[in-house]
Amino acid sequence: MTADARKAHWTLYLYCGWLLLPLYWLLTMAVKRNQDITGTLEVIPARPTLDNFVEIFTNPVWYEAFANSLTYVVVNTLVSVAVALPAAYAFSRYRFLGDRHLFFWLLTNRMAPPAVFLLPFFQLYSAIGLFDTPFAVALAHCLFTVPLAVWILEGFMSAVPRELDEMSRIDGHSRAWFFFRIFIPVIRSGIGVTVFFCFMFSWVELLIARTLTASDAKPIVVVMTRTVSAAGLDWGVLAAAGVLTILPGIAVVWFVRRHLVKGFAMGRV
Amino acid sequence: MAWMAWTWPTAAFFASIVLALTAMTLAEMRWPTAERQGWLPLSTTRGDRFFISLLGSAFIHVLWLAATDLPVAGAGLLSLGYAAVVMTRG
Amino acid sequence: MRNDKAWLAVLPVVIVVAFTAIVPLMTVVNYSVQDIFDVDTRIFVGLDWYRETLRDPRFIDALLRQVLFSGLVLAIEVPLGIWIARAVPREGPATAAFLIVLAIPLLIPWNVVGTIWQIFARPDIGLLGAAVTAIGLSYNYTGSALDAWITLLLMDVWHWTSLVALLAFAGLASIPRACYQAAELDGANAWQVFRYVELPRLRAVLTIAVMLRLMDSLMIYTEPFVLTGGGPGNSTTFLSQYLTTMAVGQFDLGPAAAFSVLYFLLILLLCWLFYTSVMKGGADDR
Repeated sequence: MTADARKAHWTLYLYCGWLLLPLYWLLTMAVKRNQDITGTLEVIPARPTLDNFVEIFTNPVWYEAFANSLTYVVVNTLVSVAVALPAAYAFSRYRFLGDRHLFFWLLTNRMAPPAVFLLPFFQLYSAIGLFDTPFAVALAHCLFTVPLAVWILEGFMSAVPRELDEMSRIDGHSRAWFFFRIFIPVIRSGIGVTVFFCFMFSWVELLIARTLTASDAKPIVVVMTRTVSAAGLDWGVLAAAGVLTILPGIAVVWFVRRHLVKGFAMGRV
Repeated sequence: MAWMAWTWPTAAFFASIVLALTAMTLAEMRWPTAERQGWLPLSTTRGDRFFISLLGSAFIHVLWLAATDLPVAGAGLLSLGYAAVVMTRG
Repeated sequence: MRNDKAWLAVLPVVIVVAFTAIVPLMTVVNYSVQDIFDVDTRIFVGLDWYRETLRDPRFIDALLRQVLFSGLVLAIEVPLGIWIARAVPREGPATAAFLIVLAIPLLIPWNVVGTIWQIFARPDIGLLGAAVTAIGLSYNYTGSALDAWITLLLMDVWHWTSLVALLAFAGLASIPRACYQAAELDGANAWQVFRYVELPRLRAVLTIAVMLRLMDSLMIYTEPFVLTGGGPGNSTTFLSQYLTTMAVGQFDLGPAAAFSVLYFLLILLLCWLFYTSVMKGGADDR
C-alpha cells in the first residue's frame, strides 16, 4: 500500500470514465438536432448545432423559469446562512440547556423526506398568501438548508481554536466586532462551502418547488419535467436545459474548489 | 389557523407535550442531570430518556394498530409502563 | 463553556425551522385523525387512518420495495466507495484531478440526473441502451420491472458512490504513515492492512457515510420520478412517490397524513440510532 501510494490503479481510470460517459452523452444530445437524435445513433455529433440553446434563451417559458429558480435559490441561501451563522457559533462554542437535543432536532429535518411536509405546505403557504411566489419556495426550502448550514458551519467553527476568541476578548474587542471582523474572515472557506450546499440543495429540489408553484413562479426543474411529459420529443432542448442547470453548480464549485474537499472531509453533506 | 384543522384530542396531545417539555426544562434548571447508565445500552440524561420514552411509545402504538383491533387504550397502558421503566431505570 | 444566553443566538434558526417544520408537522397530525372534505366539513375518526394505512398492501409493498432498494444501494455503494477511495493515489498531482472527477455527479441537479439516465439508457436514443441491445440482450427499462430496477440502481450508484468514496478518502488521508510502516514491519498483507489498520480508523467517517446514504435513499423521489415515473406498473414506486401520489394526486388528506406521520417516525428512529452512535464514537465531534 505504501509502495504504490502515488500511483492510481487502472480500474480507477475505468471508473472515472464510467462517471463521465453519461455526461458526455448529455453534452452531445444538447448540440444535436431532434431528427439526428431519433434517427441514427451518433457517438460523435455529425452536424453540431446551438439551436437548442438559442431556443432556451429566446423562449420566455425557459428563461423566466431560470430567473424564478435563481430568485428563490438566492433568497434561500441568504436567509439560511444569515440565521445559521450565530446558531452554529453558539453550538460550537457553548454548552447550553438542551443543546444536544436541539442539534438532533435540526438534523432530523435535514434527514426527513420533503414528501412528509408536502401536504400542509400547500395549505400553509396558501393561507399566508405566498403560494406561487418564489418566496414560498425559498422559505419552504429552509426546512433542510438551515439545518444543513448549521451542521456544516458548526464543523468549520469547531476547527477554529478557542484561543482566538479569548485573545480578542483580552484585547478588549466587543463580541460583535470580533465576530464580524475576525471570526467570519477566518471561517470564510466554511461559509463558501455552506453557500455551495445551500445553493445546490435548493437548486436541485423538485417536489416542494413543484407543489408550491402553479404558473407565475414555475422553476426550471418543473419546466424540465413538464417538457418530458407533454411534448415527449424535444430531447435536444431538454438536454440543453440539463447542461445549463449544471453550469451554476460548476460555477459555484469553481469559487470554493479549494475548500470543497475539506467540506466533504468533515462528512457534513 | 382554520387550515390547520385543529381537533380537541390533537390539541390536548400537543398541549401535553409542550407541558412535559416545559416541566423537563424547569426540572433541568432546578436539578441538572448527570449522564447515567441503566439497562439501556447507552448512558443517557433525563432528556434522552424522555425522548426514548416518547419514541418508543409511538412505536408501541404503531405495532398495536398494525397487529390487533383491540382498543388503543391497551397500547396507551403499555406505553405508560414502558415510559415509567425507561424514565426510572433506563 | 456553559452559557444559556447562547439560546439567543440559536433563536432565529429555531423560529425559521419551527415555522417550516413544526407547524406543518402539527397540521399533518391534525389531518391524520380526521376525514376531511373541506375546512368546515370534517369528521374525527381517531386512529382509523393509521390502522388502515398499516394494513394497506400498497403501503406495505412500497415499504418493502424501499427497504430492498435502500439495502441494495448501501450494499453496493459502501464497499465500492471504500474500494475507490483506496485506489485514489494518496498524494501527487493526480489526486486533485481524481477527486474533482469523483465530485462531479454530486453536483448535478437530481432531476437532471434522471434526465441524463433517461437519454443514456433508452434503447432507441441512449448510448447504454443501444450498446446493451447491440450485444443481443433484451433491455427496456420502461417495459420490464427488472430492467427498471437495474437502471435505477446503476443510476444511484453512479450518482452517490462518489460521496462514500470522498468521505472514505478523507478518512484514509488522515491515517498517519507510521501506522502503515508498523504494519509493514509486522509483515501484514494487503487484506490485513485494510482490516486492522484502515477499517478501525474509518469507523466514524463510514458511520456518517452510511447514515447519509441510508437517509437520502429513504427519501428518494426525484430521480425515479423522472426516469421511470414509478413504473412499470408500481414496480419502482417507493415511499415518497406513493405518498406524493396520495397527497397531491388524489388529495386523500387523512390517509396521506397518517402515512406521513408513520414515514416520519421511521426516519426519526433511524436518525436517532445513527446520531447516538456517531456521537458515542466521536466525542470530539461536539
